[in-house]
Amino acid sequence: MTQLLSVVDISKRFRGLVAVDKASFALDEGDIFAVIGPNGAGKTTLFNMIAGMLAPDEGTITFCGQRIDGMPADAVCRLGIGRTFQIVRPFPSLSVEDNVTIGALLHRSDVGAARSYARDVLAKLDLFDKRAVTASALTLPNRKRLEVARALATDPKLLLLDEVMAGLVPTETDRMVEILRGLNRDMGVTILLIEHVMRAVMALAGKVLVLHHGAAIAQGPPQEVVRDPRVIKSYLGAEVAL
Amino acid sequence: MRALWGAMTPRGKALLAILVVALLLAPLAVNRYLLSVLTLILYFVYVGQAWNLMMGYAGQLSLGHALYVGLGGYVSAALWVHFGIGPWLGVFPAVAVGAAFGAAIGWLGFRFGIEGVYFALLTIAFAEFTRIGFDHISFTGGAGGLFIPYEEKRLGEWWNLRGGQPFFYYVAFLMAAAGVVIAALLSRARIGFQWLAVREDEIAARALGINTFRAKMKAVLVSSGMTAVGGVFYAFYNNSLFPAQVFDIGRSIELILAPIVGGLGTIFGPVIGAFILTPLGEILITAIDRIGINAPGVKAVFYGLLLMIIISVVPNGVWPWIVQRFALVKRQP
Repeated sequence: MTQLLSVVDISKRFRGLVAVDKASFALDEGDIFAVIGPNGAGKTTLFNMIAGMLAPDEGTITFCGQRIDGMPADAVCRLGIGRTFQIVRPFPSLSVEDNVTIGALLHRSDVGAARSYARDVLAKLDLFDKRAVTASALTLPNRKRLEVARALATDPKLLLLDEVMAGLVPTETDRMVEILRGLNRDMGVTILLIEHVMRAVMALAGKVLVLHHGAAIAQGPPQEVVRDPRVIKSYLGAEVAL
Repeated sequence: MRALWGAMTPRGKALLAILVVALLLAPLAVNRYLLSVLTLILYFVYVGQAWNLMMGYAGQLSLGHALYVGLGGYVSAALWVHFGIGPWLGVFPAVAVGAAFGAAIGWLGFRFGIEGVYFALLTIAFAEFTRIGFDHISFTGGAGGLFIPYEEKRLGEWWNLRGGQPFFYYVAFLMAAAGVVIAALLSRARIGFQWLAVREDEIAARALGINTFRAKMKAVLVSSGMTAVGGVFYAFYNNSLFPAQVFDIGRSIELILAPIVGGLGTIFGPVIGAFILTPLGEILITAIDRIGINAPGVKAVFYGLLLMIIISVVPNGVWPWIVQRFALVKRQP
């Protein structure tokens, strides 16, 4: 297994508030890796640093042997990292198909070819029938799917998924798990996901990283991590206590 | 081109063909005054297309497009008046100067994150200080204006844009047709999709690998360059240029009304908008003249009212409404 992404000791502070505190982890090609942790643990900040939306204050991020920390978001995407947004950002007045076509145009200059690839991607995400619908008219679960489709259309080696299961009912979650597993298996896409839905994390991830107050408190296979007392205390137990 | 034609329903094709034929034959049927109104309409179709590429597609609001008209006009007219260089050649430096100013504005705005209304203010500022600058450039006649002499013997020199009303009408027609085709082709190309992405959500566009700075720069360059060509036409059609007139913000506003009324981000919006607004404005002025009221600015008030009505009745513009109502373009698959 070759290493695809390696994050070493990255930190990010917002006016003294430490959002991410010396987090380190690595992904091999073909991994499905989940980042979990309570709200405000720094998961999205971590994502934004990898995706190029924020530059880390310290530490390095290496993707395919190349330093990407501090690189602009569009350059990171061109290298092969696709991302979704936790708060979905479809192109609201464009059709679903045009949304995905724009992603597909990253590595295809011909609009016709991009469009037909976009349709393939839409079919994979159960959105083919909705392709002519204006994105703003989609339901939330479909918008989440559109986020994944659009990112996937850029032919990423690594897909960053920021809470794509949030707000889905269990059957929809199961379907999304199935879709993501298919992408990983059939297209060889490595997946890094932030997720609160433990049902999905347990079903999908080969490895889990737990963030708490910006620090990585545990890392390992999901079955081990959920039994870790620190994790139960800071995250899972806290959820139960709520 | 074939794909563009193929995207229309038979009804749309028929209407477009009728419109083109009617416009081509118009000089045979209408009088000189009506022909001048039609020329004006086609001019606004052309510059409306240029502005719409930047605003309607790439989402960058420019309220200073008169700058590019003025620069294109002044460069080509000055080359002609002072050096005898015809507009057929002068159009190239005209476009270069227009695009250079566009690039400067774009670079300042996009590099330093000046967006939306603030970007629009920047475009106004450039147009205004260029106006003031030209007031003091004696080479181009300063505030007193630059005049292209009317020479009887040159009237047939079409390459020098010398001719009568029918000639200028056909030039305007060609420009409008070219503007429509250019806009249609760009909007369906990769860059057109990148512009839409930038317009819709810049952060999401960047997350899809689009270099949004470069996409916006392309929009501003194409738009300013195209508009400068309109300026060359303006100069040789009117034979005179005054800084206070060509660079006036009123000119910039006038130029953006057709696409807004017709439908932002649509190919035929600027066309239908110009065909609605320009004749109404002319009718109004004629009517006021007949009645004998001296009311400067009445056209602006009228346009303002019309704009309010249209925005409240068909907020997306007239063209999207027509498309829906009469099925002129095939629905997306």
